Amino acid sequence: MQTTAGEVAFHELIDADEKIEPRDWMPDGYRKTLIRQIAQHAHSEVIGMQPEANWITRAPTLQRKMTLIAKVQDEAGHGLYLYSAAETLGISRDEMQQLLHEGKQKYSSIFNYPTLSWADMGTIGWLVDGAAIVNQIALQRTSYGPYARAMVKICKEESFHARQGYSILLALSRGTDEQRAMLQDSINRWWWPALMMFGPHDSDSANTPQSIEWKIKRVTNDELRQLYIDQTVPQAHYLGCTVPDPDLDFDVETGHWSIGAINWDEFWDTVKGNGRLNRERITHKVKAWDDGAWVRDAATAYAHKQQTKLEKTA
Amino acid sequence: MNTATVTTPLARYVVRLADDNLILGQRLAEYISEAPELEEDLAIGNLSLDHIGVAMHLYEYAATLGDSSTTADKLSFLRTEREFTNVLLVEQPHAGFGDVIARQFFFSAYQTLLWEALASSADTILAGISAKALKESTYHLRHAASWVVRLGDGTDESHDRMQAAIDSLWRFTGELFESDDLCAEMVISGAGTDPAALQVPWDTKVAAVLREATLTRPTDPYQATGGRTGMHTEHLGYMLAEMQWMQRTYPDMEW
Amino acid sequence: MTYEVPDVPGEKTEEVSFSFDSRGWPLWEVFVRPKRGLNHAHVGSLHAADAETAVQNARDSYTRRSEGVSIWVVPSTAIFASDDSESFFEPFANKPYRHPTFYDIPPEVGQL
Repeated sequence: MQTTAGEVAFHELIDADEKIEPRDWMPDGYRKTLIRQIAQHAHSEVIGMQPEANWITRAPTLQRKMTLIAKVQDEAGHGLYLYSAAETLGISRDEMQQLLHEGKQKYSSIFNYPTLSWADMGTIGWLVDGAAIVNQIALQRTSYGPYARAMVKICKEESFHARQGYSILLALSRGTDEQRAMLQDSINRWWWPALMMFGPHDSDSANTPQSIEWKIKRVTNDELRQLYIDQTVPQAHYLGCTVPDPDLDFDVETGHWSIGAINWDEFWDTVKGNGRLNRERITHKVKAWDDGAWVRDAATAYAHKQQTKLEKTA
Repeated sequence: MNTATVTTPLARYVVRLADDNLILGQRLAEYISEAPELEEDLAIGNLSLDHIGVAMHLYEYAATLGDSSTTADKLSFLRTEREFTNVLLVEQPHAGFGDVIARQFFFSAYQTLLWEALASSADTILAGISAKALKESTYHLRHAASWVVRLGDGTDESHDRMQAAIDSLWRFTGELFESDDLCAEMVISGAGTDPAALQVPWDTKVAAVLREATLTRPTDPYQATGGRTGMHTEHLGYMLAEMQWMQRTYPDMEW
Repeated sequence: MTYEVPDVPGEKTEEVSFSFDSRGWPLWEVFVRPKRGLNHAHVGSLHAADAETAVQNARDSYTRRSEGVSIWVVPSTAIFASDDSESFFEPFANKPYRHPTFYDIPPEVGQL
């Protein structure tokens, strides 16, 4: 097979750790992998608004309410940046949303777990956003320029998310017995799902080697998960809490925490659509989209009318 | 003594202004994740944050007046329905984007005039808060008005929906301009303004936008009233039940 | 990982075809002036039905942390891009005489 100049240039850029930009030649597989990954990332941000929006109206203080609104608003913004990055690859936001609504493109399973107490707002910020940040920091070095730039912007904005989450939990840990119980219960429910966010073990992750070669992914699932566990376990202890893992162990030799077995049946079940809230999350999203159709159409119609008026007077 | 109260006239006046903002901010917050496009979700979030932010500043100020030992959070989360003095317009629920926009349009058109007047309040703190809030509400009005025009003059369907939203909320607009003894007292002290004086400029602004939007200015003579004396519509109780749930269920805790 | 969802073993991944066929609002490129004295710089894109709402959306989406004092929006379709191949830019790489370091001047001459 003849290698084209574009292909040679692509591999040279990848090898030199340079970025690939939208109008460069790229292998079909590279483009498809990116579209899939960036779209899933965008969908996750947007669906991820729901579990937290669930507590905005019930936030216990005005400051917590405002912080939570600002955070959920950031998720919308991040969805927007990511859809924009994917759009540079030749797919429209409308098409991606359609694929999400039809279940053909997925979002992170973590958002299919219910938020059942105020403590969950803290735990999501600390554990879920914490996991996302570990991943996204690595992704700032991804080989596709628009994706990398979106990650830089997102990481900068998200730096407050984990901190605000942990500050919610700190307040609970310093509170009453009832508040501490609420805190521990929340960690018990979110710990394992958070660890599952890093995806299957490297040995079971079909896409990883190719993605690493293309420098879309820079660090593997297990490497990131370990990094996350090591930074998170002491933070749980600082709160006076435990993580729900009887096999948790600190290896003095390596300096790493080791964990028990992850329940992969639960993981795959949720990915397949049988998590606690898969149906509710999509139903909510589709309803908002359908309810807004008349508004989007009206704006388009108005723009056309104005355009026509302008042309007539010209 | 109930610690979620203020007593001086100025404090009661400031709390009244704050209540409008908190309740509207909370209504807008309900709508987050339900907007017609992502960009609009971000815009709604900004509206909500502006209103809750100004409410907090006003409550904090009110809490410093007189011998009150209250706080912004107590005023927000521990008063009952009858103690809230917001206008009825801001507590009205929305069935969709048209309602969100109509409510915001009517209220922001009023609030720009209000803040403009209060920016020269004899009370320097209130004047400062108002000057800052004026910048925010100027943008709120611009945003809402641009949507009223697009929905009114968009498609036949959007025109009808927008007209319906305007019609159904119209009966809550008269209350915005009602004066009472507290207003009169605030006018005398120089701290406040007479809302009745805002009605004509409001009507001019609103009529101009409705005309551009090809919408009909409602003529319904019926106007609801009662918010300023704590006589609310049935909607407020449910909203407070939700908003105050944490503080009521877990009293006296730090969050 | 994270927000990436793995393929379910045994489940066929749907082949997704795409065409950039959008019935939605058009795409706009957003340029923000971070502060007076600086150029407007490209910060990203967004969707809006018309220029006025595009500016409003840009304000709400791209300057909520006070990132700017002025915004431009341009329809994405109005951008005409260069051909980024080597032949387009490389001819400039071999003209060192455009740069001051090309010229050897004795230090006694002083500031030039």
